[in-house]
Amino acid sequence: MAEEMKVIYERPKSWANKVTHYCPGCTHGVAHRLIAELVDEMDLIDKTIAVWPVGCAVFGYEYFNFDSVEAAHGRAPAMATGIKVTNPDNFVFTYQGDGDIASIGMAEVVHAAARGWPITVIFINNGNYGMTGGQMAPTTLLGQKTTTTPMGRAPQLNGYPIRLPEMLAQLDGPAYIARVSLDSPVNIRKAKAYMRKAFNAQIRGIGFSLVECLSTCPTNWQLTPVESMERIRKEVMAYYPLGEFKVAEGVL
Amino acid sequence: MEHNVVIAGFGGQGIMLIGELLARAGMEQGKEVTWLPSYGPEQRGGTAHCAVVIADEPIASPLLPEPQAAIVFNRQSLDKFEPAVEKGGLLVVDATLIDHKSERSDITCVYIPATDIALQLGNSKFTNMVLLGAYLGKANPIPLESVLAALPVFLTGKKATLVEVNRRAIQAGLDFVSKP
Amino acid sequence: MSEKVLMKGAEALAEGAIRAGCRFYFGYPITPQNETPEYMSRRLPEVGGRFVQAESEVASINMVYGAACAGVRVMTSSSSPGISLMQEGISYISGSGVPCVVMNAMRGGPGLGNVAPAQADYLQAVKGGGNGDYKRIVLAPASIQEGVDLFVDAFDLADKYRMVVMVIVDGLIGQMMEPVEFKTTVDVNALKKPDWATTGRHGRDHANIISSLMMDTATLEKWNLELQAKYAQVAATESRIEEYEMADAEYAIVAYGTMARIAKTTVRTARARGIKLGLLRPITVWPFPTKQLQKYVGQIKGALTVELAYRQLFEDVELALCGKVPLGWYGRGGGVVPGPQEILAAFEEQFGKGR
Repeated sequence: MAEEMKVIYERPKSWANKVTHYCPGCTHGVAHRLIAELVDEMDLIDKTIAVWPVGCAVFGYEYFNFDSVEAAHGRAPAMATGIKVTNPDNFVFTYQGDGDIASIGMAEVVHAAARGWPITVIFINNGNYGMTGGQMAPTTLLGQKTTTTPMGRAPQLNGYPIRLPEMLAQLDGPAYIARVSLDSPVNIRKAKAYMRKAFNAQIRGIGFSLVECLSTCPTNWQLTPVESMERIRKEVMAYYPLGEFKVAEGVL
Repeated sequence: MEHNVVIAGFGGQGIMLIGELLARAGMEQGKEVTWLPSYGPEQRGGTAHCAVVIADEPIASPLLPEPQAAIVFNRQSLDKFEPAVEKGGLLVVDATLIDHKSERSDITCVYIPATDIALQLGNSKFTNMVLLGAYLGKANPIPLESVLAALPVFLTGKKATLVEVNRRAIQAGLDFVSKP
Repeated sequence: MSEKVLMKGAEALAEGAIRAGCRFYFGYPITPQNETPEYMSRRLPEVGGRFVQAESEVASINMVYGAACAGVRVMTSSSSPGISLMQEGISYISGSGVPCVVMNAMRGGPGLGNVAPAQADYLQAVKGGGNGDYKRIVLAPASIQEGVDLFVDAFDLADKYRMVVMVIVDGLIGQMMEPVEFKTTVDVNALKKPDWATTGRHGRDHANIISSLMMDTATLEKWNLELQAKYAQVAATESRIEEYEMADAEYAIVAYGTMARIAKTTVRTARARGIKLGLLRPITVWPFPTKQLQKYVGQIKGALTVELAYRQLFEDVELALCGKVPLGWYGRGGGVVPGPQEILAAFEEQFGKGR
């Protein structure tokens, strides 16, 4: 009978056998899992250096079996640039939340994208500063209540949400820019496919790649996990359309 | 033994260059040297200057609040550095561009029509070399030959053909102050 | 083979860094040290290195941080306002225990100030700057040659202690030319590859992680104690000073860098007048050569601190000598550099004719 058995599911080798600190229903775990699967499938574990942000993913390095560094808030793309130039054959990705990348670290990501050097950014957009208790982020939707927009985000007071991929896609530097959602099995499969393209853009030396992942924050949204997924589909995707915004030639 | 000089004028008059030439020649003579320029926004308009020290001993301060000598290329520089020259010191003035005489009686002043002499050699750009020659003739900080020998370091490529005329400019300045 | 070449300080120091094995440089333009990144941009590719012009000093130092994590010899340089922006990164690098070299060509401040020579970042360099209990080794050359020589030590010390080493100069050293000799060329291929570096596992049986984050208080305290032990060792073994004309000195000037160089002329002038004045010139300002200063307690009748700042170096001199030697202070700020005579006048005003 043994010869008929085959592995249909296992823990990725890149994934450390640890319980994460993420809240129930948070999609950070999904994004982590996709990264681990891709690193395994693309045989990158020996070449990978991850750059972790300040925010909910600050302990990200605990959960993987590849080399990692912990950046200062917003500086991950600069640090990744420094790492990449020392060993250009390595695979270097940053993992950043919306506050980290689109607020305090906006300059670093824009210039990393403009340089166009092959590093990859996984950007988790959950519309608020999760780690610090749910304050307004640059991606917080208009009308959305947070601990610093108790009456809801008002453009007169708080300005407008930032669509980072659309913005970066205007630059000549990036090779691949996309937005995915982690709300459902079908979208998660698509997310993995897009992330694979982003990884490939780096491995093939084509250029800078970024994938924004629409994510949940049930704790700070004060919704159940299921309601959170529904909110992504109903409200978040309406403002942040899914898709590929830039696909340079050669990106597979 | 220490020789020091401030060289001052407009940017573009070759002030920094003759200072560097002097420092370079001094170094080749086995001397300790420093070359300190004015820098920053100062160098964009107005006067620029550099301070050169040539010494047998390691040089402590490269600053020249009271230089032994000053070579001035314009009136502003004269006004600025004439009072600073130490007692018994030397002031070398381009008399073509500066029609003003120092009132100090405790320093040696050399008024040399450097720009005119340079024009006779074919180009006012050689003025800096004429003034350098005058300074060398009066102060004799290092042998003339060492300065002439260092010229090709600064005149390379297309400018290499100008070595000879620059040498003549230095000699002309030196001759002017050596006249009895 | 080495021979003397006439070079501008900012370029000679860059070459000194390359000779010391620096292969990666990240920086952002700021006067008065632009010749350093410019030189690096043309010279590093020749030696197989990389130069990157960053989008800001904030980015520069974090690029340095990334490269430092890879265990290579890496540096940045800037001037006062830019160095202020780098303080966050310097704290993180220190907290992570990775090595790098940072050069500050200090200029007049506060704020945008001006580009003239100053030493007003002394306390930032030796005591503070970023957050947390960390120290840097701070080297203060007084000549281009010394700066070039110290760069080899800077990278060696950084690697040895896994610390940030800061080289503090000013626009005067950066802009002047002096003959310089490159006595040492480090063979980068012979440098030991550190086992802690994040260079990809490449068969290593574990992942390397570099982080300054330790949420567990006991863990972070333990790490702090390790850092403190390291700093204590550095303080005990790495302080350096030049003692000039001190053998029979009855008075001393305490000064570093450019100011010390100018004060050396003051000492010579004073000696010519029969005043037994000497110079104590810290070469490391952290660790401060406290013991070397204290050696003169009982010998000298007074010590005049001279600096291009307002009682910053003086704080350390005071800590070393307070109550044991009468102290004086003279300083200028805003980029004004006092000449040797001005210093002598200040000395005579505070200590009489020294006889």
